[in-house]
Amino acid sequence: MGYDITMRVWRGDAGGGALQDYVVDVEEGEVVLDAVHRLQATQVGDLAVRWNCKAGKCGSCSAEINGRPRLMCMTRLSTFEAGETITVTPLRTFPVIRDLVTDVSYNYEKAKTLPAFAPVPRDADGNYRMAQVDVQRGQEFRKCIECFLCQTVCHVIRDHDDNKPAFSGPRMFLRYAELDMHPLDTNDRRRLAKDAAGLGMCNITKCCTEVCPENIKITDNAIIPLKERVVDRSYDPLVWLGSKIRRRDQRSEPPPTPPPTTR
Amino acid sequence: MTEQATSVGYERQAYDVVIVGAGGAGLRAAIAAHDAGARTAIVCKSLLGKAHTVMAEGGIAAAMGNVWPDDGWQVHFRDTMRGGKMLNNWRMAQLHAQESPDRVRELEEWGALFDRTPEGLISQRDFGGHRFARLAHVGDRTGLEMIRTLQQRAVALGIDVFMECTVTRVLLDQSGGEARVAGAFGYWRESGRFIVFDAPAVILATGGIGKSYKVTSNSWEYTGDGHTLALEAGARLLNMEFVQFHPTGMVWPPSVRGILVTESVRGDGGVLRNSEGRRFMFDAIPEFFKSETADSEEEADRWYNDKKANRRPPELLPRDEVARAINSEVKAGRGSPHGGVFLDIASRHDAEYIQRRLPSMYHQFKELADVDITAEPMEVGPTCHYVMGGVEVEPDTAQSGVPGLYAAGEVAGGMHGSNRLGGNSLSDLLVFGRRAGLNAAYYVGRVSRTGSRPQVDPEDVRRAADAALLPFDGVGDENPYAVQHDLQDVMHSLVGIVRRQDEMEEALVQIEKLRERVRRVTVEGHRQYNPGWHLALDLRNMLRVSECIARAALERTESRGGHTRDDYPMTDHDWATVNLVCRLADPSAGEAVEVVRQPLPQMPAELRSLFEEK
Repeated sequence: MGYDITMRVWRGDAGGGALQDYVVDVEEGEVVLDAVHRLQATQVGDLAVRWNCKAGKCGSCSAEINGRPRLMCMTRLSTFEAGETITVTPLRTFPVIRDLVTDVSYNYEKAKTLPAFAPVPRDADGNYRMAQVDVQRGQEFRKCIECFLCQTVCHVIRDHDDNKPAFSGPRMFLRYAELDMHPLDTNDRRRLAKDAAGLGMCNITKCCTEVCPENIKITDNAIIPLKERVVDRSYDPLVWLGSKIRRRDQRSEPPPTPPPTTR
Repeated sequence: MTEQATSVGYERQAYDVVIVGAGGAGLRAAIAAHDAGARTAIVCKSLLGKAHTVMAEGGIAAAMGNVWPDDGWQVHFRDTMRGGKMLNNWRMAQLHAQESPDRVRELEEWGALFDRTPEGLISQRDFGGHRFARLAHVGDRTGLEMIRTLQQRAVALGIDVFMECTVTRVLLDQSGGEARVAGAFGYWRESGRFIVFDAPAVILATGGIGKSYKVTSNSWEYTGDGHTLALEAGARLLNMEFVQFHPTGMVWPPSVRGILVTESVRGDGGVLRNSEGRRFMFDAIPEFFKSETADSEEEADRWYNDKKANRRPPELLPRDEVARAINSEVKAGRGSPHGGVFLDIASRHDAEYIQRRLPSMYHQFKELADVDITAEPMEVGPTCHYVMGGVEVEPDTAQSGVPGLYAAGEVAGGMHGSNRLGGNSLSDLLVFGRRAGLNAAYYVGRVSRTGSRPQVDPEDVRRAADAALLPFDGVGDENPYAVQHDLQDVMHSLVGIVRRQDEMEEALVQIEKLRERVRRVTVEGHRQYNPGWHLALDLRNMLRVSECIARAALERTESRGGHTRDDYPMTDHDWATVNLVCRLADPSAGEAVEVVRQPLPQMPAELRSLFEEK
């Protein structure tokens, strides 16, 4: 049942590296991560690769496969043509640590700048009540497995490190949208989304939606509605006035959380 | 070696409480310790948010009574004890049943979005062994929701996280006569550099041991690190013979063998059939559960809507029973083409329902096996899923026998007895994670007030560094991946679902040979992000827990829960009150694991009375 495939895997570190060619013995039904593991177990024991669940649930094994950002554990070898060389390279938007492992701390730093969830008080019996239809919108965004494929593909930062300080990326917009639509949350983060997170720099090319392994409609369901609400707040005096008497805006908008000292 | 270790030096950090592991238990412990005022750090092998909790699917068991108002902690307690074949630590099971509803509500306060009932409350679903529908859930990705909620809470609180950092030793202060925790030693995976934490309290929240088995639902991190750290620090492990094989893992294609298929499929109405189309679970109802299990398909099907007048379908027996039954069907030649059985939900519900209730299962089978679960049955078989055994702890405080050393979650033992019910793991993580965090913080408060904070012995640090670097200094030609592969084979075939004396004795011989091979492992390359090196170090832990499992399993001459003996197929009343405990004769030097018997703590009369009705 086994057969051989040709792989090109980027090997190196922050100082530089190159694609290396390998022939790997694989089995029917296997995925790219299986091939990388076999390579590691039989040919190059120190090949660095990040992975955890191998079931598409943790979002650790992100890489660029034939130039396309994907999860290695969810990319079946049968999707390639017979004889096709499979090229695996690290995520381009983040600095390489070693081989296929990149430094994704950018994403964790951005997450720290987002003001936390701040719920309304519970009902008198100690419960919260929410309708399924209202939680469903946020649930779509909470399917996110933080694989950061949307971040790596986003052209605002993909080849523009200089934009990183001002731009939080699709993953973080998803989080802003989720909290914005959360039935219990009281914070208003619209100004932050626009100013600190750089929502305006996104010009909705939908690259993020295309690569999302969870099929979250990042652009249509999160980013565009968020942009509309930000615009409402910024430019529409009636909405602005209306917002002053709605629950969500009873709190003044909090300042960004200073990043705690964390590694 | 000595020169190398001392010349590389190490980073040093000081905290009150250091938590090893960032799954549900570790994160919940960190939040509790932080809230109690302790300087808290989380150290984890992977990136934050990737821990194994993320793979939990079905839900969090908590007797909230949102769907069935008759539910309450006493019923949950009773279900848990019976599921564990009464070998659970009663106090842990009681605390767990009493506190889990509050722990679930708390998650909601931190932003979790659970599925709702029509009244807007948290929805609860059916699961094996639970009398009422009581699993709070988010589709079939509850673990992801839980870990993200806790992760975001921990980030909002500003708790320090040391990601991709592996702890290899708990450091002790032996100066006061009694050994107590002084800190922890580890290495950064990224750079290979060493790090020493000075901390009076260490909480182990490292999860389980599944990577010692060939077919497992567990991720690479599950190498028994916490179990080994505890043993080597002088703590004891309880119930190590009990390993849970989840009845439904994927069986085909080979590359996905073992990946979990959630019990929610059965909770939502899915049924198991053999190659003859028969619902064989009706033939596998044990005496212990006869009175509460349906004996006809009609009654079983009515149960989903009327739990009072009908009994539970046998597909929802506890996991040990279902796994054994599947194993027997396959052995009897009535299995599916790829050596499993059929799990069918397609004929039970329409496609819309299945996709809404089980979106990840739909996705997983579609993407990885070309199977549309809304149209055809899945092929499933048992997969190593969970270890009931773990660090022996004081139920109320989660403290081990070593002052300052705590354990919570899968790495702790006792709570689940001989078999864990589905859904009880996530609630266990929350209940005992919180208790460990609080009590570790209180302990550090007491230590600080008496002015005698423990000190790390530099000699221990040097020894830990030497041990960590040993694989680079190897003289042999052993490859760590090959040794792991062979260990998985040994445990799978000799200490698996069904066990026999001669096979387990053979396993112990093989484990000793593997240990020899580990000494000859040589890793290529350097210390920067080197998976071969990391595996070489993890292998020692895997061998240690494998030995514990085999020794305890050999000792227990009966079948109970997650321990089935071919040569002792019956449950033996004399074993009903005995726990097996593993310890190291001399933690500082000895390699040998000893197994000793100790009496199971007996529950007070008012709890015992809960088992007398019906």
